Amino acid sequence: MAPPARTGGDDVTALTARFERVEWLSPRAIGIYGIFLGALAFWFALPPVMTRSPVLPVALGILAACAGIWSFSRDEHRVGGGAIAAGILGIVLGLLALRSSTGNLKDVVVWSALFAAMLRYATPLVFAAIGGLYCERSGVVNIALEGMLLSGAFFGLWAAIWAHGWAGNAAWLVGLAGAALAGMAFGAIHAVWAIHFKVDQIISGTAINFLSLGITGYLFIDKYGDTGTPGDITNYGIPDIHIGFISRIPFFGAIFGQLNLMIWLSFLLVIGTWIFVFRTPYGLRMRAVGEHPRAADTVGIDVIRVRYIAVISSGAIAAMGGCYLSLGFVHSFNEGMTQGIGFIGLASLVFGKWRPFPTFAATLLFGFSSALADRLDAYGDQWSTLFQALPYLMTLIAVAGVVGRSIAPAASGRPYVKQ
Amino acid sequence: MSDDELAEEEFEAAPPAGEVPSPQQHFASRFRGVTGALGPLATVVLAFFVSGIAIVAIGKNPLRVYKAFWDGTGLNFFIHFGSHSVRIPFSTTHVWFWWDTASISAQNLQQTLLTTTPIILTALALALPFRAGLFNIGGQGQYWVGSILTVWVGESFIGLNGPVHIALCLLVGTLGGAGWAGIAGFLKAQWGVHEVISTIMLNWIAIWTISYLLGQGGPLQGSQPAIPVSNQIADAAKLPIFWGPKLLQGLSIGIFIALAMLVVYWLLINRSTLGYEIRAVGFNPDAARYGGMSVARNYFLAMAIAGAFAGLAGAIDMLGWRYSLGQLDVENQAGQIGFIGLAAALLGRNTALGVGAASLLFGALLTGTSGRQLDQSIFRPDLAGDLTTIIQGLVVLFVGLNLLGLAAWWRRRRGRVATT
Repeated sequence: MAPPARTGGDDVTALTARFERVEWLSPRAIGIYGIFLGALAFWFALPPVMTRSPVLPVALGILAACAGIWSFSRDEHRVGGGAIAAGILGIVLGLLALRSSTGNLKDVVVWSALFAAMLRYATPLVFAAIGGLYCERSGVVNIALEGMLLSGAFFGLWAAIWAHGWAGNAAWLVGLAGAALAGMAFGAIHAVWAIHFKVDQIISGTAINFLSLGITGYLFIDKYGDTGTPGDITNYGIPDIHIGFISRIPFFGAIFGQLNLMIWLSFLLVIGTWIFVFRTPYGLRMRAVGEHPRAADTVGIDVIRVRYIAVISSGAIAAMGGCYLSLGFVHSFNEGMTQGIGFIGLASLVFGKWRPFPTFAATLLFGFSSALADRLDAYGDQWSTLFQALPYLMTLIAVAGVVGRSIAPAASGRPYVKQ
Repeated sequence: MSDDELAEEEFEAAPPAGEVPSPQQHFASRFRGVTGALGPLATVVLAFFVSGIAIVAIGKNPLRVYKAFWDGTGLNFFIHFGSHSVRIPFSTTHVWFWWDTASISAQNLQQTLLTTTPIILTALALALPFRAGLFNIGGQGQYWVGSILTVWVGESFIGLNGPVHIALCLLVGTLGGAGWAGIAGFLKAQWGVHEVISTIMLNWIAIWTISYLLGQGGPLQGSQPAIPVSNQIADAAKLPIFWGPKLLQGLSIGIFIALAMLVVYWLLINRSTLGYEIRAVGFNPDAARYGGMSVARNYFLAMAIAGAFAGLAGAIDMLGWRYSLGQLDVENQAGQIGFIGLAAALLGRNTALGVGAASLLFGALLTGTSGRQLDQSIFRPDLAGDLTTIIQGLVVLFVGLNLLGLAAWWRRRRGRVATT
C-alpha cells in the first residue's frame, strides 16, 4: 500500500482522529456544555440581545445547573461543580443585569470597549503569570509575584520621573529598566533564600511581599506623600501603539487599533515563552530541573545556576507587568496598588497548568471579569461595589472547580541538595 | 548547650537530601527553652537594625525615632515604681500598688494591650494550620467577616440581656470566621486547591462584600445618610472595660479571652487527639493517612478552627473598642491586623508562649508608630506605618533563615575548610 501523501494528509487524519475520539455525550462533555449554558444565561441579558424577561436567563441557568448535577453525579465532580456554579452565577448576574436600565447596560456593555479593557487588565496578569511560570518550572514556588509587581510599579514610575529631566518623553524606557532591576533585586533575595538557605519558599515569598509593600509605601510617602505622583506622567508613560489599518476594521479596530505597547509585548512574551520552554534546549533543561533535579544534575545540568537565573528573571518579568500598571495604565502610584493581582496571576498559572497559552487564556478570563467589574462600577449604582469582588470570586471558582487537579512541576517547592 | 552540640543538632535536624522540609523541621521542635528564644531575639534585633538603615536614608536618627516609638508603647509603665493608690476594677475599693495605673504611660499600655489582643488571635489563626502544614494567609479576611457579623448582631437585638448579647456576638463572629476559613479548608481537603491562593481570594471577596454592605445605600449602612459607617452596637453588647477611661478606648476584658485562647491553643496542640493528628498530618501527610487519619478532615478542621480564632479577633475588636465598622476601615489597607498576626506567629515559632510574646512586640510596635502616639515632629506616622511593614517583612525574612542555625552552619563550614 502506498504511503499517504506527506503534505497535509497526516495533519488532517490526525485532526479527524482526534475529533472522533471525543465522546460528545460523556459526563465531562455535558458538564462543559453546562458551563457554556451558564455563560449564555448571562450573555442573553446583555446587549446586543438584551432580553428583558427573566425567563431566558433563569431557564438557561437551571439547564446549566441540571447538566452540572447530572455530570456531578457521574463522578465528574470538578466540571459538574463548575457547571452548577456557572448556572447559579448566570442566573444571579443575569437577573442583576435585568434590574438595571437598558441605557445603563448599553453604556457598560460595549463589547469592543469591554474586550479592550479586558486586554488592559489582563496584561499585568500575563506578566505576573509568565514570570511565575519561569520560576515554578524551574522548581521554585513564587508567591512573591505580588511584591515583585508592586516593586515594579513603584520603581518603574520613580525611575521614569527621575529620567524625565534628560530622557524626555522616552523616560518610560528608563522606567522599564528600573522596574526590571527592582524586580531582579527582589527575585535575587527570593533566590538566595529559597535556593541557597533552603528556607520554606512560601515564607520567603511572603516576606518579600511585606518588604515590597513596606519599602514602596515608605519611599512613596517620603517622596510624594503630600503631593501625589506628578500629573504629567501621561506625557512620558509607556506609549500606545496606533495601528492605522487595523483601527479601520469595524469591530477589531476598536479593540486592537490603539493598544499599549506593553499589551503587544505581553502577546510576544507568551509566544516567546512557549518557544523557549518547549522548543529550546534551555527550556528543556529548565523543565528537567523543575521535574527531577537529581536526574538533571546527573546529566551535567547545573541545577543551582538554572534556578538562580529562572527566579531572578521571573522577578524582572513580573516587575515589568507592575511597571505597565503604573506607567502605562493608571499613570500614578498608590500604596499597595496591586491589590492581589500577583496572586491572581499565580492562580492563572495554576489554572493554565503551568503552560503558556492556557495560562494566557486564564488571564484573559480574569481580565474580563476585572474589566466588567470596573465598567459596572463606573456606570452602575451601589450594588456595583459588589462586582469588585467578581475577579477574585472567578479566580476562586476557576481554581477550585473547573480545572482538573493540576499537577505542578514535580520538584516545585523543594530545595535541591547536591550530593 | 555548647556551640558544637548546637551545630550537631542543626545537622541532624536537616531534612534528608531532596526531601520537602516540613514546617516543623524549620520551627518549633528544633530549639526548646531558652535557646528557643534566642533565634527570634536575634531576628528582631537584626530586623530593627536593618530598618534603621531606612530611617537613616531619609535623614533621621534611628535611635531617637525608636525611642519615640518606645515612649508611645507604654511599656515604660513597668519600669517606673512608686507608691500609688489604685482602684480595683469593677469596685470602689482602693489599695496600695507599686505602679501608677492612671499615668500617661498606663494609658499607652492600654492601647498596646488592646492592639495585642487581636494580634494574638490572628497569630493563632496562622499557627494552628501551620502545624498541619497549611499556610493560612487569609487571617485578615476571616477577621473582617467576624467583625461584620458581630456588628450586625450587635446592632440588632437591642434590649437583649448584656452577657447574653455579648456571648451571642462572640459566637456569631467566631462562627463567621470559622466558616470563611472553612471554605478554604474544604477546597484544600476536597480538591487540593492551594490554600494560599484561596485564602487571598477570600480576603478580597470579604473586603469588597463588606464594602458593599456598609457603603452608600448598603444593607448594613447606619441610620446617618451619606456616611458609610454601620450603626453602633448596643451598649449592653460592649465588653466591660476594666482599665482606663470608658470613653477613650480603655482596655476591655477581651485581652483575657485572647490569653485564654493561647491556653486553649496549647492544650489543643499538645494535649488533644485532634492536635496530635494535626501535627502528624503536618509532619508527613502520607504517613498520617497510612496511620488511619483522615488528612482531608484534619485540613478542614485546622482551617476552620484557625478561622474561628481570627473571627473571634474581629468580634472582640468590635465589642471592645471599635463599636462600629466603616467602609473606609475595611478598604483601607493600613489596619492589616491579620498580616501582623502572621508575622507574630512565625516569630513566635507557632508555640503558645512565643505567639504571646511576639504579639506583644508587634502590638507595641503598632501602637508606638500609630498617629495617636507618635510625635509628628520626630517621625511622620504614615511613614512609621510603612516602616512597621518593612520590619514585619524583615522579621519574616530572617525568621525563616533561622539565624542561630545559620551561625552554627558557618562555623561548621569554616571548620571543615580548615581541616581539609
